[in-house]
Amino acid sequence: MERDDLIVNDSYSLNATHSEEAGVKIRKNIIFVTVLLTAITAVEVAMGIIFKRAETYTWEAIKWTFVALTLVKAGYIVMSFMHLGEEKSVLKKSILLPYVMFIIYLFYILATEGYGHLFNHNSFH
Amino acid sequence: MSGHSNDNVSSKELWGGGRSPYGISYGKMYMWFFLVSDALTFGGLLSAYGFSRAGSENPWPIGEQVFRALPGLEGHYPLIYVALMTFILIVSSVTMVLAVEAGHRNDKRGVIRWMLATIIGGMFFLGSQAWEWSHFIHGGGGSFLLAKEVTISDENGTLYTLPVGEPIFMDHHFGELAEGYANGDSNVVLENDHGHIKLIQYGEHTHEAELHSLTIDKYIIGEREVSGDDASKLWDARSESFKFGANMHENEYAMQQSYANFFFFITGFHGFHVFSGVVINIIIFLMALQGVFEKRGHYEMVEKVGLYWHFIDLVWVFVFTFFYLI
Repeated sequence: MERDDLIVNDSYSLNATHSEEAGVKIRKNIIFVTVLLTAITAVEVAMGIIFKRAETYTWEAIKWTFVALTLVKAGYIVMSFMHLGEEKSVLKKSILLPYVMFIIYLFYILATEGYGHLFNHNSFH
Repeated sequence: MSGHSNDNVSSKELWGGGRSPYGISYGKMYMWFFLVSDALTFGGLLSAYGFSRAGSENPWPIGEQVFRALPGLEGHYPLIYVALMTFILIVSSVTMVLAVEAGHRNDKRGVIRWMLATIIGGMFFLGSQAWEWSHFIHGGGGSFLLAKEVTISDENGTLYTLPVGEPIFMDHHFGELAEGYANGDSNVVLENDHGHIKLIQYGEHTHEAELHSLTIDKYIIGEREVSGDDASKLWDARSESFKFGANMHENEYAMQQSYANFFFFITGFHGFHVFSGVVINIIIFLMALQGVFEKRGHYEMVEKVGLYWHFIDLVWVFVFTFFYLI
C-alpha cells in the first residue's frame, strides 16, 4: 500500500532543507533565543523573590509585567523554535487568529460575568 | 524553510485544490491544528484556575510559600526548583530545535545525538515533577483547625484574636508524630510536662517531638511563627480536624480543595503531555537510528514531533506564570 503522506506532499517535505552555511547562522540564532528565554525566566523568579506581595499598585504592575514577559517568551518559542515566523502568512493567521479571538472572548466573559455568582446570590430563590 | 512551490501562483489556482495553500505537508498542518486545539484545552484549564482563584472567599496560597523546597536541602528557596524545571524544559526544547536543524541538513548523526539529548531532558523534567508531586502530597508538617477563638499577641505585644476554623501549622518534626496521634495510633502519647507539650511515639525506637513553635498564615502573605505560651494555647484549642499534605479530598495548603485539585490536574495534564512526548521522541529516535528518514530523503518527522515538544515547553511557560508566579 502506498503511503500517501510520503508521496503527495513530498515536494513540501523535501524542500525543507538548508545548507551547512545557513545552518551555522540558524544555530547562532537558536543560542540567542536560548539565552534570552533563560534570562527572562531568571528575571521573573528574581522579581517574585524581591518584591513582596501586597494589595498594592506595585504588585499589580508586577503581575502584568509577568504576563508581558510570558507573552514575549511564548512569542519566541512559537516564532523561532516552532518556525511559525518562517511559514506563509496565511498559515500564521489561521493558527494565531482563532487563539487570539478565543483569549479576547474569554477575558471579556470572565471579566464581565465572572463574579455573577456572588452578586446574584439571592435573586434566584 | 518549508516548500516554496506556491510562489507566483494566482489565488484561484492556489486554493483550487491539488496543492497545499499553506505550503506545508498535511502532516505538519495536522500537527499545528492539533496543537491549536490542545492550547485551547490548556487555556480553558488556566482560565478556570484564575476564575476559581479570583472568586475564592478564602485566602489563596501563593507559589513562593508553597513551592520553596529543594531536594536534600534544608531552608527556603522560593520557586527555585520550579525555575530549574523550567530551565530543563527550555534546554530540552533547544536540543530538539537543534535536532530539527540537523534534519534540514540531512545530518543523521546530528539528529540522533540531539534527539537523545532531548529524551534525556524530558526524563529529567518528568523526574523533577515526580519529586514535586511527592513533596506536595507529603506536605510541610500538617495543620490543625481551631475549635474556639484564641487571643495571642504579635511581635509588638498587641493582642489579636484568631477565629474558629483558623488553620495552624506544625513544624515537620512535630507534624510527623501528630499524624499518628490524629489518626488514633495508640502508640503515640501526648504529654504535658510542666507546660512542655510533647508527643512520644513508643515502639521499637521511641521518637519524641516537642511543640516548640506553630505557624499561622503559612502559605499566604504574612507568615508568622508563634512560640511559648501562645503556641500551647493554640494547641489546646485544636479541633479534631487535622490535615497532612494533600490528596484528592483535603489539603493543608488552602481551605478550599480546588487549590490542590487544580495543582494535580494542570501539572498532571501537562506531565502526561511530557510523558507522551518522551515516548514519541524515543520512537522517532529509534527510526532515525535505523535510517528510516535517510531512506525517505527528509527528516520532516523530526520537525513534526519537534512542534509537539516545543508546544509542551510553551504550555509550561504559561503554567509557570499563572500557577506559580502570580
